[in-house]
Order: sequence, then structure tokens, then C-alpha cells
Amino acid sequence: MNILILGASSAIAQAVIDGYVQRGATLLLVARDEHKLRHIADDARIRGAQQVETLCLDAATQGASQQLEHWLETLGLPLDLALLAYGSLPDQAECQTDLARLAQAIEVNFTSAALLCSLLANRMAARGSGTLAVISSVAGDRGRQSNYAYGAAKGGLSLFLQGLRNRLHRHGVKVLTIKPGFVDTPMTAQFDKGALWAQPQQVARGIIKAVDRGQDVVYLPGFWRAIMWVIRLIPETLFKRLAL
Amino acid sequence: MQTLESWGRLPKNSSPVLNWHWRHQAPALPAGETILPFGNGRSYGDSCLNLAGSLLHTRSLNRLIHFDAQAGILTCEAGVLLSEMLAVIVPQGWFLPVTPGTQFVTMAGAIANDVHGKNHHRDGTFGNHVLQFELVRSDGQRLLCSPQENPAYFNATIGGLGLTGTITWATIRLQPIESNQIDNESIKYGNLQEFFHLAAESDGSHPYTVAWVDCAARGRRLGRGLFMRGDHAKGASRPASKLALSCPIEPPFSLINRASLNAFNFCYYHKQRKREQHSRIHYAPFFYPLDAVSDWNRIYGPKGFYQYQCAIPVANAEPAMQEILERIARSGLGSFLAVLKMFGNMPSPGLLSFPCHGATLALDFPNMGERTLKLMAELDKVTLAAGGRVYPAKDARMSAEHFALFYPQWRELEALRDPQHNSTFWQRVTAL
Repeated sequence: MNILILGASSAIAQAVIDGYVQRGATLLLVARDEHKLRHIADDARIRGAQQVETLCLDAATQGASQQLEHWLETLGLPLDLALLAYGSLPDQAECQTDLARLAQAIEVNFTSAALLCSLLANRMAARGSGTLAVISSVAGDRGRQSNYAYGAAKGGLSLFLQGLRNRLHRHGVKVLTIKPGFVDTPMTAQFDKGALWAQPQQVARGIIKAVDRGQDVVYLPGFWRAIMWVIRLIPETLFKRLAL
Repeated sequence: MQTLESWGRLPKNSSPVLNWHWRHQAPALPAGETILPFGNGRSYGDSCLNLAGSLLHTRSLNRLIHFDAQAGILTCEAGVLLSEMLAVIVPQGWFLPVTPGTQFVTMAGAIANDVHGKNHHRDGTFGNHVLQFELVRSDGQRLLCSPQENPAYFNATIGGLGLTGTITWATIRLQPIESNQIDNESIKYGNLQEFFHLAAESDGSHPYTVAWVDCAARGRRLGRGLFMRGDHAKGASRPASKLALSCPIEPPFSLINRASLNAFNFCYYHKQRKREQHSRIHYAPFFYPLDAVSDWNRIYGPKGFYQYQCAIPVANAEPAMQEILERIARSGLGSFLAVLKMFGNMPSPGLLSFPCHGATLALDFPNMGERTLKLMAELDKVTLAAGGRVYPAKDARMSAEHFALFYPQWRELEALRDPQHNSTFWQRVTAL
């Protein structure tokens, strides 16, 4: 089983890697920081991964998709699963006044992700198999004043994946949209944690299960499906008055 | 905010938590405030807490760095659990050189408490098998510590309770094994004298020895129990049992009281009919019987519990243990988790290491307030008079006076303590 992970140093990705290492998978790991990448790769090799390959790459830079494509071409390993796990949570207030910051948030969370998804989808479609799993967010289900820069990028990504899924279905390629709620990771270190917060290991187990089942969309933990259903039901005339 | 707690669940913890995620990136420490590294919270008392400052959680440092499967040398990050090491090393024919009674402690926690196990009489403490580690001081200095490099920090950090800095990774030497099975003998014995005879007879022939003690038995049955001795089996490995229990909720009061204690101990002792029982079992039930019940510490209810562990030098071991066991049996305050073992004479590099050549007794006490504290203070006096000491990793209440007499070398550790590191335990026992 060959698995590509983009954003391998994210807390959720590391927990997913642990899960697939136990199955003796071959891992193709991509992350920005070469130290982190080496730490994760060494660990995966010792714990029993079949083979581990690494690529140090910032997905949000020009030419990232060409670099990734070239690397995959050189390795020549057919992908059974590609997980896109990177993302960045910008400060909403900053995005409102600093347009460069807003552009960057959209670039990282939407544009670069959409480009890489297209690349991977095309490769999988050509082979007629594979699963593309992408970490979006419950924040993309409805725009809220506290988080709409990130939410819009993730919402756009969810929509993009929906289209991709529709397109790839007849090619035998599965597309999984992963919508985690609050997860206790370095990305959310500055938040106070309450009862709704999940651990990355719990979310990783949910991702692996959803991939195994061939699901289309998964909320993690599952109760977020109900919460977001209610939130989407609120009429806009009322929703705009809420302090969310 | 994350809330971490100690295994005895007292005192209650409320410190803010910082997380350390990558070994090459030290987190920014809060200015003007103390910190204490926190692994997996298996220390019983307040040696893993820092109520006056923050905790630096190191469980995210859970990566293996290098494993030489030919030589049996493992290097991993500070927060890797022993269970995670075993999952990798046992299938390749290696075992931990020393293991405590739970596999849910971290590498750095095992070093910081210089933990011991059933093979202390042969192999010493965990610290005896540590080859090197990295110690990060709060001023950003990174010290490679080994018996050759920075030996003062090496010795002070082994058993140093996290006070000398933060360990980010360490290298240990493993022991070779043929299978994951243990040949175990359980011998029913009638009193304390018999324990000492059995230990003297077995410690030369068996690498692992320990006794479970019926701490409710009195009179001529004082100290009776089941003596267990074992060794790694030759031959093939077998799969582990998948049985997993847990204590999912906290009962409103302690389930351990005088009646349940007496009944349990009586049944456990008499469950074994024959004097000797031989079995071949997986290493997990042999070394980690309590790990099969996750969160077992909740059975003591919301008030939590104390554990008492003392070591008595060999010359005074028998009379002192006799007195300690008599006091415990008379009080009726003990629990069913009482173990007795002989320590060997291998010195540990650890400056504040607990074991000494002699006997050690460990048992839990449900928290019954004053009565429990009074009993343990009496036991301290017996231990002190016999030239022994009490184990900091288990303690939440020994007095500063007693601590200074148990560990006169504490000032050497204090001199090497990182100025920004401290613990509730250390503040308590050094407040003379």
C-alpha cells in the first residue's frame, strides 16, 4: 500500500502515519521543514513502514505542483491513497485589515490545495484507482464573522472536492472530504480547550476508518455532522445577527 | 486548557500546560515562572506537579530516532512510552533492560525517577542502562550527557525528578530475549521470614523476583504472600491476550476499605491451592498486571490515594519490615497492592536514586485524611531509624526534615537544578 501525505508534520498527519505504519505501508512524506520530515521518517522506518520517501516542499510556493509531479514521476510508485493534511489557521482580525495576510490564507488553504488535488486526481484517474483524502474543516460549512477567511478557503476547498468526486466517480477514484471540528494541535495552541475538543489520534482513527469504508464526506468526531446541520439550518436573516 | 494529573490524583492539579512538539525546537518558556517537564503522569504524588508554575508536556516528543537491532541499542525521544518501545523491540528479540510495574511511563520519566523493576538484584536501575541523553536547560543550552560528557549533569538528571532541565531524547542498552514469554513460578509462603529465605534462595538463580504481600495478615502470618520468580523463556513467541478492562467512571467513594481489603487479600492468597505453581505467560501480565485495567487509580474515588514505598538496608531489613508490616496490618488502612522485594547492591549513577541494597516495600493507601498521613509519618520514622529512605516518585507528603535525612545529597542536586525548573515536591521537601 503506497500512501502520499502532504503536510506530514501536522499533528493529525503524524497520527495517521502511525496508523498506516502499523499496516506496513510505504510512505511518501511531504513537508516544509526538513528536520521535522527526517524525525517523522526515521520514526516510521523504525516502527515498521515498508519504505519511506521524503520531499521537502512548501506547497504554497510557485512551482510546487511541478516539483511534486516530478518527484512522483521519479519514484514511479502508484498511489493507493493521497492525504492532503496541511493548512494554516490565520488570525481573522488580521485578515480583515492586512490584505496580504488574507491572500496568503487563501493561497495556502485553497489555491495550493486545489492545484495539488487536481494533479493527484489526474494521476489517479489515469490509473483508474486510488483515494484522494483531503482535510477541509467544519469552518467551511457556514461563514462566520470570527473565522470567515479560513472558513471561506476551506468551504471553497470542500466545494472543489465535491466537483472532483463527481468527475472522478466513473474513473474509479474516491474523493474523501474530511471535516474535523476543534482539534487539539499546535495550530490551535492558543485556544482554550473545552468539551468539544478532540485529540489528533482520535481524528486520525476516524480518517483511516473513512478511507477504509470509501466514504465521501466525514465529520470528525461524528457529532459535528449534527452540529453543522443545525448551524446550516439557521435562516440567514437570523444568522447575520448572531455573534458567531 | 489541558489538565494533567498525577497517578494518585492528589494534590489536585491546576497548572497551565505548555507542549513541546519537536526536539530541535524548544518552546518559548513563560518569563519569570517555573516549569516542570511532565511525561505521562505515572508518578503518584506531587513530584510530577508544579502548582506554582507551568508544566511542560513532553508526550508529543514520541518519535523513535535510531534502533540498532544487531547491538540492541535504542535511541528515542523523551515522550516515547515503554509500551511503544516494546512494540518495536520485542519482535526483533530485545527487551527493556529494566522495567517498572507499568509500561505507560515515558523514556524521560524512567530516567528522571531512575525506575527499578523485578530484576534490580541483578541489573540495577533504569539509569544503569542509559548510555546518553540530551538535556536542554532553560537558557537554551543543549548538553549531551553521558558518563564521559557532562558527567555531573548525567548523574544529577538520573533520578533528578526533572529538575536539572528537560530531556529531549535518550539512548539505552537493551537485553536480548528469545521469546515474548516468561517462565513464571509462584510460591505461596507463610510469613516474613519465609520471604527472606525465598529471596535469598531465588535472587541468584532468577533474574526477576517479587512478592505480593497480604498486608492484612497479622501475628504469625505477618508478611505472608505469593513469591513470584521468573525468567525470559526459551522458544517461540505467542500472541498476547487482547483482554482489556477499564475503570470508566470514578465511584463517589473509595472502593477499597477495611472489609473489601480483608476479603480480597484472603481470597487472593488462598486462590493458589498448591505451594508452587509454574506457568509460561506473556511478558505483559507478568510485568504489567495492572496495566490490563486502564484508569485503575479511579477505584480510590475522588479523594485519591497515596502510595508508600520505602527501602531498608539489608542489615536492618527483617526487623524493620516486621515493624512496618505490623503497623500497617494493625491500622487496617492498607490496600491489596502491596509488594515486597530485595534490591541488589549495584550502585546507580543517579545522584538522588532511591534503591539501596536491602528490602523494599510498596503499597497503596486510600486517602482517609489525617489517619493515613499519621500512619505514613510513623512508617517514615521506622524507615529512618533503620537507615532507609522513601521513594520521591511515590510521595505526596513526606516532611522536609525526613527528606533531608533520607537524601543528604539533595543539596548537590539543588546546585545543578535549572533555575527555571521546580516542582511542588521539591518546594515542599526543601522548605527547611
